[in-house]
Amino acid sequence: MAIDRIFKDEASEEKGERARMASFVGAMAIADLVKTTLGPKGMDKILQSTGRGREVTVTNDGATILKSLHIDNPAAKVLVDISKVQDDEVGDGTTSVVVLAGELLREAEKLVAAKIHPMTIISGFRMAAECARNALLKKVMDNKENAEKFKSDLMKIARTTLSSKILSQDKEHFAQLAVDAVMRLKGSTNLESIQIIKKPGGSLMDSFLDEGFILDKKIGIGQPKRIENANILVANTAMDTDKVKIYGARVRVDSMTRAAEIEGAEKQKMREKVQKIIGHGINCFVNRQLIYNFPEELFADAGVLAIEHADFDGIERLALVTGGEIASTFDNPESVKLGHCKLIEEIMIGEDRLIHFSGVELGQACTIVLRGASHHVLDEAERSMHDALCVLSQTVNDSRVLLGGGWPEMVMAKDVDELARKTPGKKSHAIDAFSRALIAIPTTIADNAGLDSAELIAQLRAEHQKEGCPAGIDVISGSVGDMAELGISEAFKVKQAVLLSATEAAEMILRVDEIITCAPRRREDRM
Amino acid sequence: MALAFDEFGRPFILIKQQDEKSRLRGLDAQKANISAGKAVSRILRTSLGPKGMDKMLQSPDGDITITNDGATILEQMDVDNQIAKLMVELSQSQDYEIGDGTTGVVVLAGALLEHAEHLLERGIHPIRVAEGYEMASRIAVDHLDHIAQKYEFDLNNIEPLVQTCMTTLNSKIVNRCKRSLAEIAVKAVLAVADLERKDVNLDLIKVEGKVGAKLEDTELIYGITVDKEMSHPQMPKQIEDAKIAILTCPFEPPKPKTKHKVDIDSVEKFQTLRLQEQKYFDDMVQKCKVADYEDVGATLVICQWGFDDEANHLLMNRNLPAVRWVGGVELELIAIATGGRIVPRFQELTPEKLGKAGLVREKAFGTTKDRMLYIEHCANSRAVTIFIRGGNKMMIEETKRSIHDALCVARNLIRNNSIVYGGGSAEISCSVAVEAAADKYPGVEQYAIRAFADALDCIPMALAENSGLQPIETLSAVKSQQIKENNPYFGIDCNDIGTNDMREQNVFETLIGKQQQILLATQVVKMILKIDDVISPTDY
Repeated sequence: MAIDRIFKDEASEEKGERARMASFVGAMAIADLVKTTLGPKGMDKILQSTGRGREVTVTNDGATILKSLHIDNPAAKVLVDISKVQDDEVGDGTTSVVVLAGELLREAEKLVAAKIHPMTIISGFRMAAECARNALLKKVMDNKENAEKFKSDLMKIARTTLSSKILSQDKEHFAQLAVDAVMRLKGSTNLESIQIIKKPGGSLMDSFLDEGFILDKKIGIGQPKRIENANILVANTAMDTDKVKIYGARVRVDSMTRAAEIEGAEKQKMREKVQKIIGHGINCFVNRQLIYNFPEELFADAGVLAIEHADFDGIERLALVTGGEIASTFDNPESVKLGHCKLIEEIMIGEDRLIHFSGVELGQACTIVLRGASHHVLDEAERSMHDALCVLSQTVNDSRVLLGGGWPEMVMAKDVDELARKTPGKKSHAIDAFSRALIAIPTTIADNAGLDSAELIAQLRAEHQKEGCPAGIDVISGSVGDMAELGISEAFKVKQAVLLSATEAAEMILRVDEIITCAPRRREDRM
Repeated sequence: MALAFDEFGRPFILIKQQDEKSRLRGLDAQKANISAGKAVSRILRTSLGPKGMDKMLQSPDGDITITNDGATILEQMDVDNQIAKLMVELSQSQDYEIGDGTTGVVVLAGALLEHAEHLLERGIHPIRVAEGYEMASRIAVDHLDHIAQKYEFDLNNIEPLVQTCMTTLNSKIVNRCKRSLAEIAVKAVLAVADLERKDVNLDLIKVEGKVGAKLEDTELIYGITVDKEMSHPQMPKQIEDAKIAILTCPFEPPKPKTKHKVDIDSVEKFQTLRLQEQKYFDDMVQKCKVADYEDVGATLVICQWGFDDEANHLLMNRNLPAVRWVGGVELELIAIATGGRIVPRFQELTPEKLGKAGLVREKAFGTTKDRMLYIEHCANSRAVTIFIRGGNKMMIEETKRSIHDALCVARNLIRNNSIVYGGGSAEISCSVAVEAAADKYPGVEQYAIRAFADALDCIPMALAENSGLQPIETLSAVKSQQIKENNPYFGIDCNDIGTNDMREQNVFETLIGKQQQILLATQVVKMILKIDDVISPTDY
């Protein structure tokens, strides 16, 4: 009896060429999937969830698309993963990184077919990536010293990022919003203090940035709708029934009167608690948990504005902007820091009433209110804003800036090309391939815009032979244009992350010569 | 499957449900086992050496692992065959014992099995083969002792250690920055090593990873990182000269183990209970802050359990930062690093039991809300953390495994600073020695010993093959060079540097690692050869 099976049933093993083929095909399929969303004229995708309700998402964001896909191909999963990391790390460039990795693998496939060992290709790719990074480093611009110029850089980056999204029509407006919001952070990358509220209705142009803080809650009945010079206590405490927390406590009574007494004591306890809270000298009380009718009434009597059930993020942000602390005990009114703001009022956005805190102490936080025709538009607008905010906040930290519109890729490709010519041995083929993969990105941008990519790229390449040339693809006019003049910029950090993670992923997939798939875990049928 | 028959031709039933079991006996069993073992080693063969390829493994839940580490590949492969499982265990025991060379040991065992098969075909009894292998392995191990060199290093001269770790990292995907990673690994091991006793407790080195940034940003932290944040968002994010109370009791009302009920039947009881509860919380916090009512209390509380929100605020109010839900292992590490004691009850907190750290800070990553806590400049810097960054999850995982290998190698060198040269040179030299010794043995074992020598050649052969060289040509060239110049340091030039002398290439491996490989592989092969009957339930 020959032993040919050493794996469990249903497990499969793919070796050598077949394994490599499977991963190449999978990775390229993923890259092709998101390829059409690249660039200012990229198209959107509709994603329908398999869950109940068949919810629909319309998006242009690479990470969002890939996150929602159910993928079985192992190599494809690697690409999905790098796109996710790109999203977490810099926020933008999620499509570019996948497209670049896909192009690298496409080139690598040709080399493997020409009998070049994958390890040789990898070492060539590594040299090329290093060279490309250095090429970018040589050309970066840093305007950190000049506040005015730096701000205009930020505007340009925001416009460039937004121009590929649904907000491109109003990119000027939104770029301004994003830059203002990020400038308020004063260098911190903590995007939590920028709150984005979506309210359907109105048009995208009606979106605005609010200096204060907006809480999507209603004011209790019978309480003041407008408070000036508010003292705010932010709390996380039970205001429904204050349970006895000692384990195993329970009420056991033998008559109705006793029960009534206990109930009375409970009420008394709550009343005392409310008195203590009011004793802090506040006129606004915001709680994370529910506030029942009884304490709410007490607050209303005392003329204190009580807001219940503000979610966790809301509480944290509110504490952050008003400078108060989140309190849970109320015995030491003197040591609890209260929050302050100039004015609390109820405002109307569309149909909804919201609570608006303005004139807050710490000017860091702000709220962006997005308006738009439908939920889908708003969701996509939020994602776009998120991308822009991420990129901007990263740029504030690392102020190096590059031109956009395929310019960085051409600069890298030129240097990598030169390196290829200088390198002896088989590696030079791999380096050459790397530069072709880089050029594929401007090619895709041009293709997506319906332009004659072959013609444009050739022109662009010729232009880039000149030293210090700012040429890139001007998608609007459909020709080669001066990127510095058009004000198209990108953050260096994003480009660098794209370059490095794409190379890393391609390298990882190339190194594989065998795929072993375990038998899928059986799920019990609960249907 | 009948075993024996009575005079009427009816089978005796010896095994329970005999007719449902399949059985393999004699030479067939040995051949089947050998072919299973070979199949496993064939999978790993291409992963050997600096130009070895990786394997992509998809787990039953669809997660992907990409790795080059023999032990990990086999562990996740989900094998079903009994002999294949033996090989998996073989690689694991090499992993536990030495930490490196897990691929090599399986390839060697596969080669030994392959040559044993030829001998069996020629009619040599398996036990004789096994005995011959045993003798040969002894010769090889002795020879390794003979060619090994002592490698001197001390705290100021870590270069030799770094070089050895680099050899290990060479075959992994992280070889792009092997230099810096090797340095990190060596420094980490030296930080926790007990050079007097020549012992290293690798548990004191924590390897943490977080996706993002690039591999070059991997750093060694003389302290501990905890993947947690302060329990209250407004607690200070940085504490200098922290005194740390390490607690394993929750900041919650007590829960006695015995089942009990507190009955409330009157208003007074209700109120006293309430007061008690408040006092309890107050007491807890007070005890941490002001131990024994002197002002020597903690400035940071690290707790294994959760906090009640009231307690949380009291802590905040008293300006006492706290971290909750810290895992048991991390808690122990923190205790070791800061020189504190883990305290199970508030009552037992005393100033001496607090740990000390120069700096505790919270650090945020990327655009998401990921935060981690760094505890640095600890009183007792014997616990360190290697913090890995990388482009994606799989990269981090693979880096972790590679760092683990490098750490093990550094540890082995501290235990025993003998080294042999890598690149297959040690195997070739052993093979020559075994071959020469074979002729001195009379009897059938001579053949087995020769087969052992041939099997040793398989490792340099696989190295050459993976590096894209002509395997037979290269091997014979190197071998003749070794014999001609009587120099055991010639190996396969995998990286195309231009010299075969491994001393010039700085490719080292630890002596114990190599010896262990040969011993473990021989042992398993002996075991497999001794099996002549396989009884297994039939597939249904």
